Amino acid sequence: MNLDFSDEQKFLQEEANKFFLKEDTLKRTRAIMESDEPFDKELWRKVIELGWTAIRIPENFNGLGLSHLELCVIAEEIGKSLAPIPFSSSVYMFTEALIESKNDRLKESLLPGLADGSIVGTFAAAESLTPLSAENLKTTVTNNKINGTKIAVPDVEAATHVMVVCKNANDVELRSVALNEKGLKVTLQANIDPSKSFYQIDFNDVSSELISQNGWDTWEHLLNQAAVLVAFEQVGGAQASLDMAKKYAMERYAFGRAIGSYQAIKHKLADMYISLTLAKSNCYYGAWALSSGSPELGLAAATARVAATKAFQLCAKENIQTHGGNGFTWEYDCHLFYKRSKVLSLNLGSEAAWKEKLVTNLDKSNSIGSNQ
Amino acid sequence: MDFKDTPEQAIFREKCRTWLEANAELKIGQLRTVEGNLNEYLQRAKAWQKKKYDAGWAMLHWPEEYGGIGASPIERIIWSQEESKFDVPGGIFEIGLGMCGPVMMEYATSDQKKRYLPPMAEGKEIWCQLFSEPSAGSDVAGLRSKAVKDGNEWIINGQKVWTSGAHYSDYGILVVRHDPELEKHKGLTFFFVDMKSPGIEVKPIKQITGAAGSGSGFNEVYFNDVRIPDAQRLGEIGDGWKVAITTLMNERLAVGDARGSDIEDALNWAKDQEFNGQPLIKHGGAREKIADWFIEANGLKYTKFRTISALSRGGTPGPEASITKIVSANKLQSIGNFGIDSADMAGMLRQDSGGDLYAFQMAWLGAPGLRIAGGTDEILRNIIAERVLGLPQDPRADKGLPFKDIPQGSAN
Repeated sequence: MNLDFSDEQKFLQEEANKFFLKEDTLKRTRAIMESDEPFDKELWRKVIELGWTAIRIPENFNGLGLSHLELCVIAEEIGKSLAPIPFSSSVYMFTEALIESKNDRLKESLLPGLADGSIVGTFAAAESLTPLSAENLKTTVTNNKINGTKIAVPDVEAATHVMVVCKNANDVELRSVALNEKGLKVTLQANIDPSKSFYQIDFNDVSSELISQNGWDTWEHLLNQAAVLVAFEQVGGAQASLDMAKKYAMERYAFGRAIGSYQAIKHKLADMYISLTLAKSNCYYGAWALSSGSPELGLAAATARVAATKAFQLCAKENIQTHGGNGFTWEYDCHLFYKRSKVLSLNLGSEAAWKEKLVTNLDKSNSIGSNQ
Repeated sequence: MDFKDTPEQAIFREKCRTWLEANAELKIGQLRTVEGNLNEYLQRAKAWQKKKYDAGWAMLHWPEEYGGIGASPIERIIWSQEESKFDVPGGIFEIGLGMCGPVMMEYATSDQKKRYLPPMAEGKEIWCQLFSEPSAGSDVAGLRSKAVKDGNEWIINGQKVWTSGAHYSDYGILVVRHDPELEKHKGLTFFFVDMKSPGIEVKPIKQITGAAGSGSGFNEVYFNDVRIPDAQRLGEIGDGWKVAITTLMNERLAVGDARGSDIEDALNWAKDQEFNGQPLIKHGGAREKIADWFIEANGLKYTKFRTISALSRGGTPGPEASITKIVSANKLQSIGNFGIDSADMAGMLRQDSGGDLYAFQMAWLGAPGLRIAGGTDEILRNIIAERVLGLPQDPRADKGLPFKDIPQGSAN
């Protein structure tokens, strides 16, 4: 039994942790929140120099050819530090789509650039307030030209390319669009976490290249993979929120004693710890399913995603509560985590949607997972 | 990251498996050992324990001189994983082997260890633990049973409660107050006692399940001028709390998952049960709950695997296992409630044993006890907050006071 990361992966995680601490990432996140800059360009450049965008890209495309497990440990540190960089949209989604693609010409033209940071990708899926499905998808592709409107597209100003979920006459396709193509209109959409940026993109006869023909299945698979990785970010955020609450509960005094000596606070923090521990263990299950190519990935991803969504949202909101009035000020960092917890709970689809996937997986199978 | 054994572990697992296959029957489906007639069950359990003992499997992590094979923690886990796949009786010896054994190992004389540990491992002698009292539950150090020295003996008077298995135990470990003039934790002394001693009276407690004296049920134990030789004292006079803590640390390891209806039962039930003309599992409310329980059950399963992984590498597990009982006992109560409710009006009616609905009713009736035994939900939250997260202890109203001056309530 070895449900753990390797010593090398743990070392990578420690390095990432030190790096983000040294870069004072929370301060950078706050600066992005308070400015018109969509992301931290300097921090992004440093992350590219560290090679983290190249982790999963095969060596023949100038990548590092490492596993998803290396991405998991980096993701946890990004979650802890709230790093304001376009990592997840480019690395978990666009790059993974290209790695899986059968379009060799496209792979050759984009993967080396994704590894060295000259190319940055994102993805465009949502179209309305109704969750996207293969049936209600409206964006079309005819003769490689895309028409339609996508909303809540992350990190467009950082990106050079966008993956679009669209529909030909019969099937769903995933296609790549260079953001300098003609016929694109990009509009910034204000969101609840100003350290992140989202955009509307209107496509009017925009040229595109095929990533995957078997679009909806590939899309679901990409979402499952990314759900595990984002779950690690959420666990990182939950841990950071719990650490903040703990520190404050020891330092803040009321009625002559540390508030952390009151059971009302202790039990609140214990519940945060319980939720976080369940999420972390479910994430390890997700990491195993992801890295081993298990057919259980759908169940594992939904389980990790829902558990991590619950944990981060609980820890972030109760961290504010533990801080009392200070927690509601702009000055304290509590709200940075609260806002990020909401964005991460929605950026790949809502908790309700993932619970539905979880139970659908349980309903259709005759067992509740392997490894008994 | 994988779930595989190392080559050595795989060889050990094969060895366990081979012996188990030759000596026991595999569990079939969801069949569970039913604790029917107590005497019959005891005989079966003792016979199985003896069989294991003779082959060296009873207490495999103990030293050879006491009947073990000096196995590593991971080998112990591999054994119990394999044993749990077989239809064998268990439960009767857990308190003795899990809690009394380690205390004897640490504090008894070498002659006492030679006398008591092998029969304990063999299942010939059953042990119980006498800590809780009517006025000392979560605050167990507030216990009042008295020990008065008389020559080479101590005279014990008082009452213990919630003693699992006292009605069929041969020996017990006991913590009592030898001096009420001292502070609460300082006036305690620890003994082991022959449960057949004159003056000991055991009365089964009728629980909210309606059961009394069955299986590993709870008892009240009265001590009337019971004499214990000073040689059966474990630790120094006044060290009772220190010795008790050793036991309670082992209790936290011994009291693991709440047994009973779990996510798999809820899921299968929801697939079969009808609601509004559809399988219950198509109902949004049921799906929401199933997702929540799955996250808990799966989270606990992989938390355990993380602990085992640490042991497998020879390391020390982190504190993550501290969440197990609080999560599983509450899940059990909630799943039991779901099962009963889904039968609508019929859910009120007591069912014959063996069926799914009966199991849900038993889960619902039994779960309140599990949320209390071995540390209440509230005490466990305190333990997580103080020992895992490092938050300060509550100020205490009894601090520094002689025990006799500590305020006492009227509820026992």
